[in-house]
Amino acid sequence: MNLSPLELTINGILTLMILSFLYKDNPFYKFAEHLFVGVSAAYWMVQGVWQTLMPNLIARIFPGAVSSFLPDAVGKSPDYYFLIPAAFGLLLLTRLLPKGNWLSRWALAFVVGYAAGTNFVRYLQSDFVAQIRSTMVPLVVLKDSGGLDLGQSFSHLVLIVGVLSGLVYFFFSKEHKGTTGRISRVGIWILMVTFGASFGYTVMARISLLLGRMQSLRDWVEHLIGLF
Amino acid sequence: MPLLERLQTLDRRIIFLFIGLSVLVPLLFPITFPEHPSPIVTAIYDGIESLPERSIVLMPFDYDPSTAPELDPMATSLMRHCMTRNLRVCTMALWPEGQGMANNIMSIVVEREFPDKVYGEDYVNLGYKAGAQGLINTLLLSMRSMYTTDAAGTPVDEIPLMKNIHTLRDFAFIMNLSAGRPGTKEWIQFAGDPGDIPIASGSTAVQAPLMYPYYPSQMVGMMGGLKGAAEYEALLVKGYPQFKNSSAVATGLMAPQAFAHLVIMVFIIIGNIIFFVERRQKDR
Repeated sequence: MNLSPLELTINGILTLMILSFLYKDNPFYKFAEHLFVGVSAAYWMVQGVWQTLMPNLIARIFPGAVSSFLPDAVGKSPDYYFLIPAAFGLLLLTRLLPKGNWLSRWALAFVVGYAAGTNFVRYLQSDFVAQIRSTMVPLVVLKDSGGLDLGQSFSHLVLIVGVLSGLVYFFFSKEHKGTTGRISRVGIWILMVTFGASFGYTVMARISLLLGRMQSLRDWVEHLIGLF
Repeated sequence: MPLLERLQTLDRRIIFLFIGLSVLVPLLFPITFPEHPSPIVTAIYDGIESLPERSIVLMPFDYDPSTAPELDPMATSLMRHCMTRNLRVCTMALWPEGQGMANNIMSIVVEREFPDKVYGEDYVNLGYKAGAQGLINTLLLSMRSMYTTDAAGTPVDEIPLMKNIHTLRDFAFIMNLSAGRPGTKEWIQFAGDPGDIPIASGSTAVQAPLMYPYYPSQMVGMMGGLKGAAEYEALLVKGYPQFKNSSAVATGLMAPQAFAHLVIMVFIIIGNIIFFVERRQKDR
């Protein structure tokens, strides 16, 4: 991101304020933290109003009132069906009232019902049925030339053993002794490898973010050196 | 104080200092390691290469500035690749900050490097809409019921690129850049699987292990973290050598990344040695 000298300076000072927490908690860190929360909340609200509420609701109910600054609303006739979601939206705000806040539950019930219904179907199809299908792979994979594809066959073997032993580890209806115990032990190893990979990836992510901050500090220092 | 005791009570700020130096020194004195693209990243490159010219790629920017160091290099390379291949790109966002991230990539890549590309004909930013998976669900049936205008307020019906786009199924490829939820998972569940639309993902490293199970049957490919971005840069430079200098952001950051990992590994080994020595002392 190419920043102007002023933006670079603000960026650099705020980065140092946040990084100062690594030494210990201090007022500079607190200031930067509160500034971030405030700016983020305001940005979210402005985006929500201008990108969703105005074009998708207000412009549809009162196109004439917003046509001066929303070109899409020009010449459109009001669509009063959108009064229904508007009413539900207003009901959500009744949570703020000392009396009558129970009305918000109606709107909330609609939100929960819709989310639960759609999520249930999609999770069942994408994260359950499709995943089971993806696990049904041949243990012996042949190359186009006819020979055994050792790498792919081994990969499939690891996949099947990993899934089955992981499932056995979470099967609590039988005591984990004998064969079941041994398979569940393999399951633990598979889980540990997974957690290790996740940790490794997390370290990479955090270092990447540190790199981003260091780069912006480097750019700021280079700019300051350039001034003299 | 004996060494063991000193290490046991090591101030965590010393560890921070070592990590900071391990990142800063290679950043000031750059070293570049060669990148060997993995199949999961190559699949995205091949996917984009296989698209016919003027195909429309949807690029949802579902991230914010906090994860930009990881995802911006991916977005930059992908945008370069699409523009070079004469594909059309439509961006949108499930995250409020995503709209700004898309604008930024368009200005630094498309406007500067491809000045002949025309906004509205070759690329467009539809911007942010609230609704997460509910939004994707609706877009699968009708784009215009949610997106009446682009991010700048231009009516969608006046944008040439959007002329034949009525649902998500009209996009040739969805290339999601995701830092969490809503993101790649929702795009696979609510668009890729039900709409049978090819989806690829540029994910933050934290999220990447959770996305692997979707590859290859439900997801074309994935770039995981900075490493994935560096691999894609290597592929792009191999295919289009004119980007040798400009597409080296993530590649250049892999050396500091590697040094920081080495320092962390050393500290993990030291920690384990202390643990075992301590245990032996207790057993005695």
